Amino acid sequence: MENRYWQSIQETKEGYKNKPEEREASMIEILANESNEKAASRRDFLKWCGISFFSATVISACENPVKKAIPYLHQPETLTPGKAHWYASTFAEGNHFCSVLVKSRDGRPIKIEGNDLSSYTRGGTSAIAQASVLSLYDDGARYKFPQKNSGKVSWEEADREIIKTLQQAEESGQKAILVTPTLLSPSTKALIKELEEQYSALETITWDAISYEAIRQAHAETFNQQIIPDYQFQKAELIVSFQADFLGTWLAPVTFANRYAQTRKVSEEKKEMSRHIQFEAGLSVTGSNADERIPLKPSSQLEVIMELYNEMASLTGRPVISSPGSSYNTKALAKDILSKKGKALVVCGHNSLEVQMLINAINHMAGSYGNTLDATHPLQMGMGEQEKMENFINDLDHGLVDAVLFYKTNPLYNHPQAEKLKTALGKAKLSVAFATAKNETAAACQYILPDNHYLESWSDASPRIGHYSLTQPVMQPVFNTRQFQAGLLAWLDKPADFHQYLKQYWEQNIFPNQNQYAAFKGFWVNTLQAGVLDLKQEAGISLSLNMSKVADAISRLKATTQQAAEIQFSLYENVAMHDGAFANNPWLQELPDPVTKVTWDNFAAVSPVFAEENNINEGDIIAFNGIQVPAIIQPGQAYGSISLAMGYGRSHAGKAADGVGVNVFSLTDKGQFVGKVTGLEVIDRGYEFARTQTHHSMEGRHIVRESTLDKYKEDARAGNEIRDYHLKHMTTLYPEQDFEGHHWVLMVDLNACTGCSTCVIACQAENNTPVIGREEVKRRRIMHWMRIDRYYTGDVENPGVVFQPLMCQHCDNAPCENVCPVAATTHSGEGINQITYNRCVGTKYCMNNCPYKVRRFNWFEYSKNKKFDYHMNSDLGRMVLNPDVTVRERGVVEKCSFCIQRIQEGKLKAKTERRQLKDGDVVPACMGACPSQALVFGDLNDKDSRVSQLIKDPRNYHLLEELHTLPTVGYLTKIRNPKNKG
Amino acid sequence: MIASSIRWPMVKGEKSNKEITRELIAPNEQKPAMWWYIGMTIGTLALAFGGWAAYMSVTVGLGTWGLTNSVAWGWDIINFVWWIGIGHAGTAFTIFFLVFRQRWAASINRTAEAMTVFAVMCAALFPLLHMGRPWLAFFIMPYPNTRLLWVNFNSPLFWDVIAISTYLLMSITLWYFGMIPDLATMRDRAKNKVSRALYGFFSMGWDGSMISYNRYETLTRILGGLAAPLVVSVHTIVAIDFAVSILPGWHATILPPYFFVGAIFSGFAMVLTIMILIRKAFKVKDFITAKHLDAIANVLKYGSLVIGLAYAIEVFIAWYSGVSYEMYTFLNARMTGSFSTAFWIMVFFNAIVPQIFWFRKARQNVWSLFIVSILINIGMWYERFIILVSSLAEDFLPSSWTEYTPTMVDIGIYVGTFGIFICGMLLFIRYIPIIAVNEVKAYKKEGN
Repeated sequence: MENRYWQSIQETKEGYKNKPEEREASMIEILANESNEKAASRRDFLKWCGISFFSATVISACENPVKKAIPYLHQPETLTPGKAHWYASTFAEGNHFCSVLVKSRDGRPIKIEGNDLSSYTRGGTSAIAQASVLSLYDDGARYKFPQKNSGKVSWEEADREIIKTLQQAEESGQKAILVTPTLLSPSTKALIKELEEQYSALETITWDAISYEAIRQAHAETFNQQIIPDYQFQKAELIVSFQADFLGTWLAPVTFANRYAQTRKVSEEKKEMSRHIQFEAGLSVTGSNADERIPLKPSSQLEVIMELYNEMASLTGRPVISSPGSSYNTKALAKDILSKKGKALVVCGHNSLEVQMLINAINHMAGSYGNTLDATHPLQMGMGEQEKMENFINDLDHGLVDAVLFYKTNPLYNHPQAEKLKTALGKAKLSVAFATAKNETAAACQYILPDNHYLESWSDASPRIGHYSLTQPVMQPVFNTRQFQAGLLAWLDKPADFHQYLKQYWEQNIFPNQNQYAAFKGFWVNTLQAGVLDLKQEAGISLSLNMSKVADAISRLKATTQQAAEIQFSLYENVAMHDGAFANNPWLQELPDPVTKVTWDNFAAVSPVFAEENNINEGDIIAFNGIQVPAIIQPGQAYGSISLAMGYGRSHAGKAADGVGVNVFSLTDKGQFVGKVTGLEVIDRGYEFARTQTHHSMEGRHIVRESTLDKYKEDARAGNEIRDYHLKHMTTLYPEQDFEGHHWVLMVDLNACTGCSTCVIACQAENNTPVIGREEVKRRRIMHWMRIDRYYTGDVENPGVVFQPLMCQHCDNAPCENVCPVAATTHSGEGINQITYNRCVGTKYCMNNCPYKVRRFNWFEYSKNKKFDYHMNSDLGRMVLNPDVTVRERGVVEKCSFCIQRIQEGKLKAKTERRQLKDGDVVPACMGACPSQALVFGDLNDKDSRVSQLIKDPRNYHLLEELHTLPTVGYLTKIRNPKNKG
Repeated sequence: MIASSIRWPMVKGEKSNKEITRELIAPNEQKPAMWWYIGMTIGTLALAFGGWAAYMSVTVGLGTWGLTNSVAWGWDIINFVWWIGIGHAGTAFTIFFLVFRQRWAASINRTAEAMTVFAVMCAALFPLLHMGRPWLAFFIMPYPNTRLLWVNFNSPLFWDVIAISTYLLMSITLWYFGMIPDLATMRDRAKNKVSRALYGFFSMGWDGSMISYNRYETLTRILGGLAAPLVVSVHTIVAIDFAVSILPGWHATILPPYFFVGAIFSGFAMVLTIMILIRKAFKVKDFITAKHLDAIANVLKYGSLVIGLAYAIEVFIAWYSGVSYEMYTFLNARMTGSFSTAFWIMVFFNAIVPQIFWFRKARQNVWSLFIVSILINIGMWYERFIILVSSLAEDFLPSSWTEYTPTMVDIGIYVGTFGIFICGMLLFIRYIPIIAVNEVKAYKKEGN
């Protein structure tokens, strides 16, 4: 503007138009003139070109953000990107225990495996242990920093206030209560003891939502020893269980399943197996496996127990105490138990002191102690004390408690007096919750001091005397969390380093008890690497039965059974939810219940006859005792009983668990899970469950082949006779494929499989299988690559139950392969049916033509989709994904790959070690997770491999063999051992 | 060659060539009637519904459909087969009646062929939309590429793609070729430049000379001869999609002839429906006479017998085979089980209801003809439903048995294809003579 040339003489005279308004006017003029008159010069053209190219580049770069994988600045020597590391650790949450190996890829744990060095869990895992890795990455539910009344607070400030309150309580004579669940960690227990010594006001209450107190108390009463013995199922030839779901949830199911399976597996060499009799109200995993199952409502079970005691007492010449008769032939059972003296085992899941005392007496008479019951290595589980908890709530209500500290407990959710506790909690000066993730109790506390996830923690655990297992962190804490024990150390004015404390504890208390290592360092490093340690420790136990107390117990029991109600409820844990602590885990919520195959819900199970009498249909909402819950008609449910799963109906757990199912903990009473049903009525109809299986009969098809031990002894092909016909007649004219190199085969022993569904979660974790939610499960679109089919046989009131794990059968003559128009699914030279996701256009023809219906379609985009707001919709949640397995796109078909990534890994490992692949080098996720070792994978071309032996077993058959699909998955027939009638 | 004599007058009323031309072309030269606009509105609304449904399927995913892990084909393939069946009749009409010298068909050919073209277009939409990733549909074509992609020639779906695209091309060619002399007539009578240019372009300079007609007739026969096997192949291959699979109820050698007859049957029923509507709308009763309808009704009666026989044989073979899965599918699932309602609707509508055409009165009453033709198409839809869903929903392992219910998107796509069909047919009758003028003229004198 300033150097504009004058245009006219007049302008020079009047001066330039420098007044603002004039300048503006002239600007407009100029702009108008320029745009009208000036054509773009070559220079302008190039400028515009430059700008447009630049912006085009920038814009296109914006559309597809480049995500960079940033390499280490200083790469740790031991770490190879893309190669997994394994750390031995321990999953010990409350009563749940499992020695595990944690697979860590590039610094983040992605998979849990069983630790096969453990003499206690023997490489087995449970569904909750498998799923625990997902909770680590629970973006929505984990507490991310210390909070005071929902505001941020520093650790120091929180510690100061806690210490202050503890000291004040001491001065004013008030109480401070720390509520913990059963702690299996000896070092933590020692630390708490130190803390109690420091702060005399502090008192620790051990409380479990699912209590095993009665067993402990009963042993105190009858034997003067307050213990829970270790149940040696592997030594038992006759197992009688009353309501104890020891294969699914009771006490130490991983261990028990393994031990039980040892007695159940039969082969040419070992043609003997245990007999298992189960009395129970609801149909459990354990009951499903029983040789004889008697559905009885809880009070009738007690009658059987009393009568059984008396029968055995009379047979062994002990005094008989009169008791009501039962509907079961206990005389025969008593004889059977006594004939198996020392080889019988009676277990009972009722948390009732009197019942457990009778069970002790029965086991004592049966000679189980010292044989099938190991009282010298008692279990450390079930330390909870109901009464103390109730006293605490009363004290709190009376204002006697200044400070309340909750560690890993959630009584505001799962204590029957949750409401009372909630109001009472307001009377405490200080309430603190140590929790890894959201829960109802923490939500009501002033302070929330987030605890580390166990994969971020140091700890130890001792599930029974003489067995130890270490927990080590596999990653830095994801959030600003602090291990509970580190907090305790801080209050003791010690360095807040639990690692050091743990080492010290082991050096002082455990190292001296061993003699393998001379120096602690070597001992520590090796133990940490192995994860487990067995010591020769024994609890000196002398057992003499206190008969008078047993007699008392019977008279008290008689009174309760006489008053027993017509209709009783019975609460149980299921394999996914347990006491609800792990509820906010979408994998577990979507795990089909082993028996009912219901996901994302609990329900009231009623027997078919009972339902008809009371006009209850499936999906009716029934109300009783103040709860409303949808009903399911469950074959095998005891008449007059209603079974309900605990662990559902969370309100402050996170998006996966909140509002799913109904909380039934209000029905519990002093740790009792049975009670009287009052005011039963149907209030609504038409609730629809998300079930993964809706047809329950095999329709007379040879799907699960079953026989009895007697027949098996006569002919090993028992139940499998049709196979010869199929092999002879169902053949092909075409040549069959030869497999040089490897030929992978998976064998499933139906006798060892308990149906516990751990493998389903393991498969989901390994193979990045998406969670789809209740509505999609209802549409029968569950994505699990592995499912457990469950069929009922026989009588609807007491059916036989069979389970069948079903994954892709990898047919060597696969019907799915030849129908794919784009050759996206093909057969590998090693007999694996594989899918090339990139090639799949999603015609779904293969899904239709698969007779096993194991193929899954990506109906939606399940990853990074708000509609499927589970773990795959958050950056943190996706951390759990296995980088070796593609996350499938919408519109492609997927299915079990025999864990091809593991096969590849095994082959590469063998190659770098310059050796042949050995049997056992490749373990698919399902096989690795199985607590009862029902699955065996291997190379059929390796003549010495286990599968090569198993496939020759006369029990072996292939599913739908008559179709000549030539599956490479083989099943070994199910053999039961019912009592010979005659 | 068999040449049957014409048994009744092709054209009633002793019309001259000029009158025939005037009467048949009149609908194209007048302003469309109210019903045409109403029809177009309905068609467009249906198209919009279908457009929404297709948009949902492509952008959100096939999860918007009612399919399950077990029933991975549902309304998509039911409707595909149904449309293909309907699309069968047009070409079959032309070809077989051409080959067998059934000249009475001349006045129906054009409309029947148009119906074929639009029905096959509707049908072809389903295989495309039912893909999980339709944007990669070109993977199914065997073309040389650097990505080592090649098709699986063993897959019946690939045969399907070839069969349907060939059939569609052939149908369009035949239809268009038959139109050329009439397009020339339209050109000659056109009153404005645009239509003259357009009709002129599409009539390819037809001059109506004897030589032209001579070559035209020859080529018609050649094309007819070429198309004849395609008529058989297209539905046979659709049937093979099922027959090659191993599912009970699908894995049967009877399926190709059974599907073929079914297709002719449903196609003729649709032709009947449309002809009755056109007769009503355009007052062309002199050209499409009651005798025409009577003849179609006779074909339907015969088709119905064959279909009924096929149903019976299927059930018999299922029992006779002794295969428990086959027996379950037919005797339990279909006849007495979860699908029995649909099964008996199918049997009643397809095998029993058309038997009413044994009565002359039923064949001559427009209402009974119309209702039965609609019932047959409903029955044929149920036939595909039965075949598709009952075999998938209850196959080998009872653990996977499911129920199947379509969603709004499934329904939307089906309605959308009706939109294509209705709009297509309405545009066709608006701009192209619905009855082949030249052919009718050629045959008008024969008869009696």
